[in-house]
Amino acid sequence: MGNKQTIFTPEQLDAYQDCTFFTRKEILRLFYRYRDLAPQLVPPDYTDKPDVTLPYQLIGSMPELKDNPFRQRIAEVFSENGDGNMTLDDFLDMFSVLSEMAPRDLKAYYAFKIYDFNNDDYICKSDLEKTVNKLTRNELTPEEVRLVCEKVIYEADVDNDGKLSLEDFQHMIIRAPDFLSTFHIRI
Amino acid sequence: NSDGKKAGEEGSRQRERGKKAPTKDQKESENKEKKTNKKEKEGDDKQKTDRKNSTTSSSNSSDEESLSEEELAMLMEQVEQKKKLIATMRNKPWRMMKKLSVLREAQAFVEKFEGALGKGKGKKLYAYKMMMAKKWVKFKRDFDNFKTQCIPWEMKIKEVESHFGSSVASYFIFLRWMYGVNLVLFGLIFGLVIIPEILMGMPYGSMPRKTVPRAEQATAMDFSVLWDFEGYIKYSALFYGYYNNQRTIGWLKYRLPMAYFMVGISVFGYSLMVVIRSMARNANESTADGDDDNFIFSWKMFTSWDYLIGNPETADNKFASITTSFKESIVDEQESNKDENIHLRRFLRVLANVLIICCLCGSGYLIYFVVKRSQTFSKMQNVGWYERNEVEIVMSLLGMFCPPLFETIAALENYHPRIGLKWQLGRIFALFLGNLYTFLLALMDDVNEKLAEEDVVKNITHWTLISHHNSSVGNGSTATPPPLDPADVPRGPCWETTVGIEIVRLTVSDILVTYITILVGDFIRACFVRFMNYCWCWDLEAGFPSYAEFDISGNVLGLIFNQGMIWMGSFYAPGLVGINVLRLLTSMYFQCWAVMSSNVPHARVFKASKSNNFYMGLLLLILFLSLLPVAYTIMSLPPSFDCGPFSGKKRMYEVIQETIELDFPLFVAKIFSYVANPGLIIPAILLMVLAIYYLNAVAEAYQRANAELKKKMQMQREEEKNKRNNKASTNPVLQDLEDLFTPTTKSESHLKQAEDKKIDSPNRTSPAAKTRPDKAAALGGSPMTGGRGTAFTPPPHMFVTRPPAPHVWAPYPGQPRPRGYPLGPVPGRGRGQPRYSYPAQ
Repeated sequence: MGNKQTIFTPEQLDAYQDCTFFTRKEILRLFYRYRDLAPQLVPPDYTDKPDVTLPYQLIGSMPELKDNPFRQRIAEVFSENGDGNMTLDDFLDMFSVLSEMAPRDLKAYYAFKIYDFNNDDYICKSDLEKTVNKLTRNELTPEEVRLVCEKVIYEADVDNDGKLSLEDFQHMIIRAPDFLSTFHIRI
Repeated sequence: NSDGKKAGEEGSRQRERGKKAPTKDQKESENKEKKTNKKEKEGDDKQKTDRKNSTTSSSNSSDEESLSEEELAMLMEQVEQKKKLIATMRNKPWRMMKKLSVLREAQAFVEKFEGALGKGKGKKLYAYKMMMAKKWVKFKRDFDNFKTQCIPWEMKIKEVESHFGSSVASYFIFLRWMYGVNLVLFGLIFGLVIIPEILMGMPYGSMPRKTVPRAEQATAMDFSVLWDFEGYIKYSALFYGYYNNQRTIGWLKYRLPMAYFMVGISVFGYSLMVVIRSMARNANESTADGDDDNFIFSWKMFTSWDYLIGNPETADNKFASITTSFKESIVDEQESNKDENIHLRRFLRVLANVLIICCLCGSGYLIYFVVKRSQTFSKMQNVGWYERNEVEIVMSLLGMFCPPLFETIAALENYHPRIGLKWQLGRIFALFLGNLYTFLLALMDDVNEKLAEEDVVKNITHWTLISHHNSSVGNGSTATPPPLDPADVPRGPCWETTVGIEIVRLTVSDILVTYITILVGDFIRACFVRFMNYCWCWDLEAGFPSYAEFDISGNVLGLIFNQGMIWMGSFYAPGLVGINVLRLLTSMYFQCWAVMSSNVPHARVFKASKSNNFYMGLLLLILFLSLLPVAYTIMSLPPSFDCGPFSGKKRMYEVIQETIELDFPLFVAKIFSYVANPGLIIPAILLMVLAIYYLNAVAEAYQRANAELKKKMQMQREEEKNKRNNKASTNPVLQDLEDLFTPTTKSESHLKQAEDKKIDSPNRTSPAAKTRPDKAAALGGSPMTGGRGTAFTPPPHMFVTRPPAPHVWAPYPGQPRPRGYPLGPVPGRGRGQPRYSYPAQ
């Protein structure tokens, strides 16, 4: 009991529970995971909200992320200023979205942001190419990649502007049978 | 004071928003702006009210009195809004800092103005309600915290997930769910039947049914006997026969036979409810229609990576499988209908099905034969271990060897792996089901024999008791005769316990076979491959034996069938659920260990779409099928006369009638008799059938409307795309030309454009043009849109209005342009010249 008190105040814990999909225990577990990444940087006491940011190198080396081809994008999307360095709040945010409880729409929103490599709020051809190359480790020929990208645009682009907007993406991803089960990291 | 703070917060929020605005996309920022405006308005309102509060500077209460009705209503609405905001805060795609600050603000707002709401008497009520709501929220959160702490094996499953991806882990999640269900069943049966019987029922040895017969007593404690569930185990509370037919037991007047019956029913009721509820939840959750093939490539791109993977080896496999699947789809797309020997394939498929049906029939006959033989064995003395366990051994061996055999035969058919998986599942299912039901039929024969035997024994028992009585009377002793030792009383065969024992033995042997298969097929094989690889002539790891993959479908089916056995057996062997709980518990650890130590991730994973509900559907089917024999025996077989809680009754369900007659007031019995009247039951069933019919019709109508809408959308899209493409390729001069030729119908001009594009496209290979030949073919039903060269996406309405094939290619009057006609000056078309300025023409 006393241990919990020293990390977060009860109000903080309640607020975090309101803002994420985690229970108290999971929040504490996430905190320990976060702290284990850099024990010398992260103070054991978060009651006065210390301003601590962990670099992407540490975040990306977590076993949950280290084999994910999109790990850099995930870290960038969820970090405060888009450079992949994370505060505890960002960290909680990330795993909250990727948790099992998060609703489909929220997941779709962040998935869109993750696949939107150049941050222009559309998934355009270059984003798609990057995605395919990451997924297949550049095993496909440029011709095949181009074909796949064209097919994706053809299938999912509802408003015919040659790129996927958030609406297009949601329309497509919400029907996918595997989306919820695969866009999920257990912590 | 608080105002200042709030204003500060507001400011900081706005700063934050300002900082963020350029990075968000347009629409969203617009949205945000709207939201901000609203918020600001709200804030203004708030400040206004605040100001009013402060300016009046009187006591709070008078202030509240001064609020008018509308203001109150507005305030109420705002508070409600804020509350909703708090509740849905976690669903907002905001940064944590923003969420936290908005949350704090909303909470402060609610805190502040909640008290001001409500009037007079209503106020107290309102405050009370609010307090209760708050307490309720807190309780719910604590309860949720507690609940998530109770979910076991989260870490184990995570480990498996990160090694094998979500599909293998889904088996373990299913196993965990099953364990939960069984735990509830276990609680029901142990809490309401077994423990009361042990605590309050007559002790062991007090009456014949609770005593080992004299002839068996010498060996009753031998391990080999106990292992067959004979001896002391047979005469224990684990089996039906042990229970007494006394109406009430103990000082609690616990009605055990009644409880036994009700628990037996509620086991089925609870299982049905749980399965159906989780099926409904799954169906609700997945708005996805898995067989929608509109988004093949998009789904492959955006959902094929499994974010759960956290193991380099698995990641390598996944990368490889994604690459293959992309390549496959590209090939599929390019040659959607390649020619092959359809006759040969058809022949092979028929052959495969014939072979498999032969296998199924053979296995069914084998089981029937073996069960029949075991009945003759059971009459003989001193039979060997094999003879006693023949049925279980044969069934387990069949279950072990038939699925791989099916897989081998299925290789003949050459189906797509996804379809092949479904066939394989269906066949294994048929095999298991056939085996189970042959087993049951043979058992039924046995039961009927036992029932005939029972009549004879009944008389013998009767006469033994009487003669014992007479002999003691005839001895001239005046005292009451010493009661006959319960071990010496002749017994009936007690078919219920026999059935229970058969099922328990089957379950136990199934457990053993499963574990041994895992140990030999996975672990020993893995060890062999790993260590013999250093001194072998070929590469064992990559070559022939290699490591085993985890067989998801087989394991899930095994689990489902096991559960069916449990459901079937739990009425006659209440202890069976306990065995099953142990089995699931050990199998969780054992299989986790086995999968982590000796299996490799799948090279190619084809998940059956909506597999969750597919498996649940199988479970439901099995539940229903295992309910049938139990219901049949309850309703139409007479219970044994000297064992079990229903002995002495004609049918088991009479226990309910008895309870109603003896324990309830008269009118309940009357109502019950009315309700049980067939005149009432038949209309009720009819009504249900009608309701099902109606709901089914409604669902179908919705489905049709859905499909219609989908088609409409597709058409609209296609039309728009077409228009856009035409606009892109048609230059203004052509527009003029079209204006000139206005008399021709619109559809014809469309046709013309389509034709233009057709000629144009082979060189241009425009993406939109060559993408959907199959779709166009489906719409048009014409063969000319087959290959990739014949690319054109015609406006759909054209196909609706006229049969396409002859019209499209027929030269129109004034447009004598057959297919592939090299374009040149066309007489009679003065202004047609610029048309030929296409690139590469």
